[in-house]
Amino acid sequence: MTAIYFLVALVVIAAILMGMYNALVRVRNQVRNAWSQIDVQLKRRHDLIPNLVETVKGYAGHEKQTLENVVKARSQAVSAQGVEAQSMAEGALSSALGRLMVVVEQYPDLKANQNFLALQEELSSTENKISFSRQHYNDSAMVMNNKVETFPSNIVAGMFGFKREPFFEVQDEVEREAPKVQF
Amino acid sequence: MWEAIRANKIRSRVLISAMGGVLVGLGALFGAVYHAETGAAVGAVFALGIWVFLVLVAFAGGDKILLMSAGAKKIEKQDAPQLWNVVEEMTIASGLGRMPDVYVIDEDAPNAFAVGQDPSRAAVAVTRGLLRRLNRDELQGVVAHEIGHIRNLDVRFMTLASVMLGSIVLLSDVFLRSLWFGGGRRRGRGGEGGQAQLILVVVSILLAILAPLLARLLYFACSRQREYLADASAARFTRYPEGLASALQKISRPTGGKVGRKGANRALAPMYIVRPEGFRSLTGMFSTHPPLERRIGILRSMGGGAGYADYEQAWRRNGGDGALLDARTLSGDQSVAARQPTPPPASKKEADETVREVLDVFDRLAGFLILGCACGVRIKVPEGYGKATVPCTRCGRENPVPQAAAPEQRSGTATYQRTSKGWESLRCPCGRNVQISPAFQGEFKKCPTCGRKIKIMQPA
Repeated sequence: MTAIYFLVALVVIAAILMGMYNALVRVRNQVRNAWSQIDVQLKRRHDLIPNLVETVKGYAGHEKQTLENVVKARSQAVSAQGVEAQSMAEGALSSALGRLMVVVEQYPDLKANQNFLALQEELSSTENKISFSRQHYNDSAMVMNNKVETFPSNIVAGMFGFKREPFFEVQDEVEREAPKVQF
Repeated sequence: MWEAIRANKIRSRVLISAMGGVLVGLGALFGAVYHAETGAAVGAVFALGIWVFLVLVAFAGGDKILLMSAGAKKIEKQDAPQLWNVVEEMTIASGLGRMPDVYVIDEDAPNAFAVGQDPSRAAVAVTRGLLRRLNRDELQGVVAHEIGHIRNLDVRFMTLASVMLGSIVLLSDVFLRSLWFGGGRRRGRGGEGGQAQLILVVVSILLAILAPLLARLLYFACSRQREYLADASAARFTRYPEGLASALQKISRPTGGKVGRKGANRALAPMYIVRPEGFRSLTGMFSTHPPLERRIGILRSMGGGAGYADYEQAWRRNGGDGALLDARTLSGDQSVAARQPTPPPASKKEADETVREVLDVFDRLAGFLILGCACGVRIKVPEGYGKATVPCTRCGRENPVPQAAAPEQRSGTATYQRTSKGWESLRCPCGRNVQISPAFQGEFKKCPTCGRKIKIMQPA
């Protein structure tokens, strides 16, 4: 008789543990997916820049230095490897873009150009998407960390080596300003 | 949000089973009215068939039916890039697996709703009036609210409810009509079963009236709390509660005329972000939406925060009792700070202003006296308007009409003190509207009608 009770208890505990394990895996996949979303959006920004530079060139060709800075920052961001180098390069790209937009202020013809207006909407939306994808990454990382640290799921997490996920921290002031490209 | 999502799953199941029960019961009753012996069974089976059909339809194409009945058209990115981008942004912020389809309703009243059976199969619809009136931050707030509904599985419940409710109402209508027309023929046959049949007829009429009412009650009652929850989600996704608050305020402003009724029907009314016009009479228990002022008040008193806990606190401060969000959601959430507003695109604003200035000059040439009300409305006073003040069309404030001071007895000269260096209009004592351009530097202005000289004093 006791053997049956023991067996039943074992099955129930195993089922609970399995549920916790599956939940942890689900959340971890969510975090990974959220992280890759950031890359998708950063790549989108890289793709937009050549178009933007071409359009600005047509109206403000002699702002060579600013345009070159943007192009250089872009190629550095594209080739950057590793999380740290990447976020440094992206930060530099954001500030180069910010300076370009300040320059653009002086060219009313350019600001009225339909193509430029469309690009401007695309660019500011992409900046938004970058910051929203970071926000969502942090939100998912928070759910993961809550699971890893709180009882009882922390037991399963400890057993199978689920770790805390790092929060996406903004590198410096320049980077903090990134989502607000001023037009 | 955990509780809300779980509750919505349960509610959806309860709704489907309850609808099934009601339908089968009604079917049996209606059947019994027509035929005393086998009618009940036949009616029940028939109703069961209808129920299965309804469930299938609601699951397979409920969203499409609702969108079609609202006159919504699916758009692609190039049709409305900003709207598309905002939906994309909010999809990312909320972590939805797939971006909802985007629909636009060709209507001037600003409103929006979301439908769908699943977060991965959902759609957001907004009206043209909404796109025209809101700026980017406000549009983002509205879209975030709708995506909040999708995330919390409100849309599943609401889509199922609207489709099934709509059909129950329809079926009852059909039954009532057939009863009125078919009743006369059967009455003559009445023998021993006549009295019983009469009772059944009365009961079934009662039921036919009550059934839609009950269904409606069930489904209106659940939709107020969820508006608050979707607002909380919107604040959290956008990190900017003011966007939604100011959007709600803009939407709540009367748009004038009888707009908003088109496209909105009884089944759809509770799904919109604000109650469509023409559904005002439903109050109290039948109300589908919490008062807008309260929703705006809560969003505005979040005190620089944008998290669920901030919303919960603001909700309490604004007279909410009990708990809005469940403990699990609150404890698992960090406090998050609200972001800064997006600066408005300067070029567009400048263009609008230039257009307005040009139009104003035309109006001035046509003799209108132009006043700026404190609420932002520009009032155009026609020639010959006699009163000293003019009420604002939006806020109702009485604005004094600038007037040249009464002429001195001796010289007959009126005087006017300028208040700015821009365009100004004033009324001559003879009633004629006189315009002063920004370039005017002289000392006197001559009224074109009475020829009186008006002394213009430059602003200090």
